[in-house]
Amino acid sequence: MTADYKLRYAPEADRLKAAASWRPPEVAFWLLAVAAYFLLPRHLVLLSRVAVMGLFALSLDLILGYAGIISLGHAAFFGLGGYAAGILAQHGWGEPLSGLVVGGLVAALLGFATSFLVLRGSDLTRLMVTLGICLMLFEVANKIRWLTGGADGLQGISLWPILGIWSFDLYGRTAYGYSIIVLFLIFLLARRVIHSPYGLALRGIKENERRMHALGTPVVRRLVVAYTMAAGMAGLAGALLTQTTQFVSLDVLSFGKSAEVLLILVLGGSGTLYGGLIGSLALIVAQYLLSGISPEYWQFWIGIAFIALVFLARGGLMGLAQGALALLHARWHGRETPSRG
Amino acid sequence: MLTVLFDGIASGALLFLLALGLSITLGIMNFVNLAHGAFAMSGGYVAVVLLNRWGVPFLYCLPVAFVVPALAGVVLERTLYVRLYNANPLDQVLFTIGIVFASMATASYFMGSQHQIIQVPPFLHGQFHVLAGFDIGIYRLFLLGLCGLIALFLHLVLMRTRFGSQLRAAVDNGRIARGLGINVNRLFAITFGMGSGLAGLGGALGIEILNLDPVFPVKFLVYFLIVVAVGGTGTVSGPLAAALILGIFDVAGKYYISQIGAFIIYAVMIVVLIWRPQGLFGRRAVH
Amino acid sequence: MMDRLSFRLVVAALALGVLMSTGAYAQQPLKIGLILPMTGPFASTGRQVTAAVKLYIAEHGDVVAGRKIEVLLRDDTNAPETTKRFAQELVTNDHAEILTGFGLTPLAFAAAPIATAAKVPMIVMSAGTLVIPEKSPYILRTSFTLPQQSAPIAAWATKHGINKVFTLVTDYAPGIDAETTFNNVFKANGGQIVGEARVPAQNPDYAPFIQRAKDAKPDALFVFVPSGEGAAVMKQFAERGLAKAGIKLIGPGDVTDDDILDSMGDAAIGTITSHFYSAAHPSAENKAYVAAIEKANPGMRPNFMSVGGWDGMELIYEVLKKTNGSTDGDKFIAAAKGLSWVSPRGKVTIDPRTRDIIQDVYMREVKRVSGHLYNVEFDQVASVAPDGK
Repeated sequence: MTADYKLRYAPEADRLKAAASWRPPEVAFWLLAVAAYFLLPRHLVLLSRVAVMGLFALSLDLILGYAGIISLGHAAFFGLGGYAAGILAQHGWGEPLSGLVVGGLVAALLGFATSFLVLRGSDLTRLMVTLGICLMLFEVANKIRWLTGGADGLQGISLWPILGIWSFDLYGRTAYGYSIIVLFLIFLLARRVIHSPYGLALRGIKENERRMHALGTPVVRRLVVAYTMAAGMAGLAGALLTQTTQFVSLDVLSFGKSAEVLLILVLGGSGTLYGGLIGSLALIVAQYLLSGISPEYWQFWIGIAFIALVFLARGGLMGLAQGALALLHARWHGRETPSRG
Repeated sequence: MLTVLFDGIASGALLFLLALGLSITLGIMNFVNLAHGAFAMSGGYVAVVLLNRWGVPFLYCLPVAFVVPALAGVVLERTLYVRLYNANPLDQVLFTIGIVFASMATASYFMGSQHQIIQVPPFLHGQFHVLAGFDIGIYRLFLLGLCGLIALFLHLVLMRTRFGSQLRAAVDNGRIARGLGINVNRLFAITFGMGSGLAGLGGALGIEILNLDPVFPVKFLVYFLIVVAVGGTGTVSGPLAAALILGIFDVAGKYYISQIGAFIIYAVMIVVLIWRPQGLFGRRAVH
Repeated sequence: MMDRLSFRLVVAALALGVLMSTGAYAQQPLKIGLILPMTGPFASTGRQVTAAVKLYIAEHGDVVAGRKIEVLLRDDTNAPETTKRFAQELVTNDHAEILTGFGLTPLAFAAAPIATAAKVPMIVMSAGTLVIPEKSPYILRTSFTLPQQSAPIAAWATKHGINKVFTLVTDYAPGIDAETTFNNVFKANGGQIVGEARVPAQNPDYAPFIQRAKDAKPDALFVFVPSGEGAAVMKQFAERGLAKAGIKLIGPGDVTDDDILDSMGDAAIGTITSHFYSAAHPSAENKAYVAAIEKANPGMRPNFMSVGGWDGMELIYEVLKKTNGSTDGDKFIAAAKGLSWVSPRGKVTIDPRTRDIIQDVYMREVKRVSGHLYNVEFDQVASVAPDGK
């Protein structure tokens, strides 16, 4: 019986295994990330930020790209994690790793608590409820000045060296190393989850929720777990930002931040795991370069770039890259257009 | 107390005018046009240029503030938006945000980044005293009256004309509407244009009250989204009720409990959406 | 004997060698990091300060103490985390030796640790909260403090029949500074605060708060809002008929910001403020300054932000002359303490104890002068300390 089963479903199993294996471009990406530490020592502060926003976008990808929940308020978790880590450090406990964990846990808790609100209704409802929660948290943080520093931000955050060895330096070396390692570890976790049976269930829910119900999948439970995990990851990203910059302000809880991470994910291409990372790199670097050329009007060119991108390729930058690769692949094999499958 | 109520209603009326176009766009085309605020902003800037640079009287600026964004809307809809109707909502988001950024930078370049200041005609200045503790601002009264008339007009169009019934059909079920021979594309263009025009008019009327600067589209996007989500799509009365509620709670909240102010409207919105996910007056649309 | 080609090569090599060696002896250019909000709601601050900095260099040349000045402008879009990142990059990547700008308090707070860590002088040209210089031993300020600007109007009010005041400030550090100082001085002189309101710093909507102020029936409304927001306040003040109800508008001069004063219309006339700079200040230096700014930037009237930028550059140049071009943090700060000069605003001194600015504060009233609105000075308090005393 078992042998029969294995024989009949071998192709599908193989396909899934193949999808889960590491491809050369992926390995190259992470090697480059490590190389950046040595090759671009002057830009590590910027690259740390890219890593943090990449992690944040990855957490959003989990619910948006894989579970199909649209959220305009993901910054609530990011900001909560950021403030948790910041307040902890400000009150004297400057150990980075535990601060990171605290940030992630607090955010996951909020994610779990609000997940039930988010699962009701249509896309627009979800959009607005998530946004509402984020905005409410923003207002609360604004008002409790005594804890959060209000509109002036939380200052006086100083961190102890990581594992007692690496202290945060002015050049951002420790910050970058720390950010990239955390990003990589969480990425590995996310990758595992996506390629697991649970991840497949999530994707099924995104494609056709009713059918998943019919199959007997406990849809609500799956979504709650996904949402909580994503919230925790976002909280980790927020804590990471606070620790690497030793500063946190209301900005991390703002609608603008939620919009920024959504933008980054969409720019990079959702549902591809790397979309968030690529999008973060692209947007932050572009913003940096354009802002340097034209401090007042960089926004215009970014806007035009977005419009152009949408018409050039669907699915963001990853879509563009995949389309280009498919075209090259087809040409290489003597076909005019990419074949299906 | 009554002054606060009146202020809230006037505020809500303006918000209705601004957000109605977004509600219609979402309902009929299932397209979340995050750039809606940009059309409102353009109407405002058109009015500022006419008023401040060319000395056109305020009341004559208003129709122009309607027409220019309306035309821009139709043109953009026919050239760019139409290609994205079947696209992934996320690509639509990217596209509309691109438009927002470009419009904000353009406004900043041509008009500067400070709040625009205009002088409304003297007959719209000041308040008149009705009761003790109840003063009616003349400008706000004018605003309320104008928005009320427009709301009534639109309601009649939607409910009593053939165009209106075609529109409602397209919102209910676009595919079947097409099957019935309704020229849905032309409908899209006209409604998009009108929605943008109304937003532009709202932008012009709002200069006195809301402060016009290049960040306008993003600053008020949240309010527009709340009105659309709470009010539902496909009707005029839905967004109107939602906008009025929002306006009243916002103003009253800031007046009475200024410590939490804006918190109240978000809480109200979440409560309403949990209770009725399709909005207060929304109809479950089939696409 | 060498052929012609070799001879030419030798000459070229010698010439290159001479050029390079003179290059080695000349000092490196001095890079100054200028971090300002150039986009967003406070872009006017960025615009004003940049104009002043450019004008100063144009008038005084870009060489000081043998070093060529290079200004690196960065737009922090009013986001503190961006300010901090730019400060870090300017110091580590671009080898900036001085950090300056800082349009608002949260932005200055964010950058302070960088100045301390890198031991780089940080000159605050715009932000106004009292405690800013305490955040780093390398901070100097050429702008102002809110206590310094709010105390005089509080004292003036009690002497001129204003006994009941409603205070309205923006809810962040400078606003709280203004509110606290005003409350203390006003109450100490026998005044009564009949109500207070704090408006959120993001997306402020003044209408409900001004209505509340009107309903409290004070003699005057004390307002502090950041530079550029004054127009919105004035609009609501006029529309709700507070002037007709006999309520005066008072406050530090941020609410009648020169940048936008002229477009506020008649509603602004009669507003009494205390501030350190008015474009109408009748000194020769100021007249020249205003004329030069307006010539270089058509349509722009200099405001108190721009003069903070001008004096920041003056401070940098004067200290560099004293330290012979060295920007070593401790040397620079030591040389700056006690420095005094005549600015377009009047006489200013850098307080050796707090590294903050001591300056004259003027009482002004908004009047129409030859068709335009100006803050016309009618009295002054000399050498007000940063904490308002």
